[in-house]
Amino acid sequence: MSYKLKEILITSGLRLTTYAIVFVIGYILVDIIWHGLPVINWQFLTEMPRRGGAEGGIFPAIVGTAYLVAGTILIALPFGVGSAIYLSEYARRNRVTELIRLAIITLAGVPSIVFGLFGLGLFVIFFGFGASILAGSITLACMVLPTIIVTSEEALRAVPRSFREGSLALGASKWQAVRTNVLPYSFSGIITGAILGIGRAAGETAPILLTVAAFFLPRLPQSIFDQVMALPYHLYILATQHPDASKVLPLQYGTALVLLILVLGLSLGAIIIRSHFRRKYRW
Amino acid sequence: MVVKVKPTDTAIEVAELNFYYGDTQALFNINLSIPSKMVTALIGPSGCGKSTFLRTLNRMNDIIDDTRLAGTIKIDGTDIYESGMDIVSLRKSVGMVFQKSNPFPKSIFDNVAYGPRIHGIKSSELLTEIVEKSLERSGLWDEVKDRLDDNALGLSGGQQQRLCIARALAVQPEILLMDEPASALDPRSTAKVEDLIGELKEDYTIIIVTHNMQQAARVSDYTAFFYEGSLVEYGVTSNLFTNPKAKQTEDYITGRFG
Repeated sequence: MSYKLKEILITSGLRLTTYAIVFVIGYILVDIIWHGLPVINWQFLTEMPRRGGAEGGIFPAIVGTAYLVAGTILIALPFGVGSAIYLSEYARRNRVTELIRLAIITLAGVPSIVFGLFGLGLFVIFFGFGASILAGSITLACMVLPTIIVTSEEALRAVPRSFREGSLALGASKWQAVRTNVLPYSFSGIITGAILGIGRAAGETAPILLTVAAFFLPRLPQSIFDQVMALPYHLYILATQHPDASKVLPLQYGTALVLLILVLGLSLGAIIIRSHFRRKYRW
Repeated sequence: MVVKVKPTDTAIEVAELNFYYGDTQALFNINLSIPSKMVTALIGPSGCGKSTFLRTLNRMNDIIDDTRLAGTIKIDGTDIYESGMDIVSLRKSVGMVFQKSNPFPKSIFDNVAYGPRIHGIKSSELLTEIVEKSLERSGLWDEVKDRLDDNALGLSGGQQQRLCIARALAVQPEILLMDEPASALDPRSTAKVEDLIGELKEDYTIIIVTHNMQQAARVSDYTAFFYEGSLVEYGVTSNLFTNPKAKQTEDYITGRFG
């Protein structure tokens, strides 16, 4: 076989794998939009569900997911960025910190249902938060923490050493150097981690199944100790638990589309913030 | 050029200094006194320890893991390695200019104002005054006064290095450490930086690491020759270059190695 032919075969092969992925994602998107769009209207978005979700809207599920995402980021971002700063700027590189890194990476690979059980045991039962927004948010935060830590640490390490040295040489304390001359330049990377976290937190079902999600709760939560409905769980209910699953099929599509739009919207917002920081702190 | 050496005070007194990176010893029993308000050049082949020595003077080596130091370095009579030493105030009084000019990706103004700001100066009039004075002192004012809000990375290499000098001056140090400040600059920019060093020594004690022997001869009053972690020879620059005592010094300055 001539090297030219080989080259053509390999190029087409690689192109095919990429196109295959795009095709699958495109198919899913088109399918969901095609079937979901007719269902979505003002009532669907703003009304309470009726008859176990077979009728009415999905408003409380939208609100619930929004609360959970907000709670998750509120908890995971400070903890994640905090430990990333510690690992990247303060901790020495030795066996202990390598072990910590290994633990974090391992944590990223733990199945989400395990996080759910962990959250049930620790936050719901042991701490007595009950099935609540609080317990669900902390559980989701534990799940997205590894992603946020790893991306944040990489973002911090990407800031040139000379920024730190230059600052320290002027008499800055370590924290001053980090705060004024390292952290701002890693914001865009940190926000990338947050975007990934948001996507997972909004879409996961297993961790909230046992810690917060309500099967059918046609009212809005009054406090962080209330249960909520959530879009992915609602979708799961409609698809598998509902007595008349085929009848509520359009509602499933509608819910899926709303979830997709919500995640996309949140990510888009984060991307806009990120590009703002990119422009402001270019280097 | 005849270098007039007037009797002066000692700015830095180094005694029995040994320095280690992990198990590797980088400096061996260094003893020297650096005179105040003069330029002292540190020369020697790559890896001889001159930069390491320079960085012991503002404790910049502290930020490298697994380093160890024995001996004393006294600045104004205080051992800067004694426990309880305030590193922030040390680095405030011992400024540093790096080999690769490292302006922060901020405006020219914010670069120079960086030091004063972290030391708590908030008044914008005062900051403006400090920035102007520092930039004037480093000979950059006329070139940048109309674009103080521009990003410092838009300056030329030589301008960037003089900006870094201005930034160091803005915290009003007494001693200025320069780690090959002109090694990445073209000849004209180098000449400007060298002229600047000549002007600055009226007010500052300057210690400069350089690979360029002509530069050491041009700008310095005293020269220290380092070789393999030891201080081989130290003396008045004109004497050291015209009449080196040690064989290694002679070989190095005549270009036989290095």
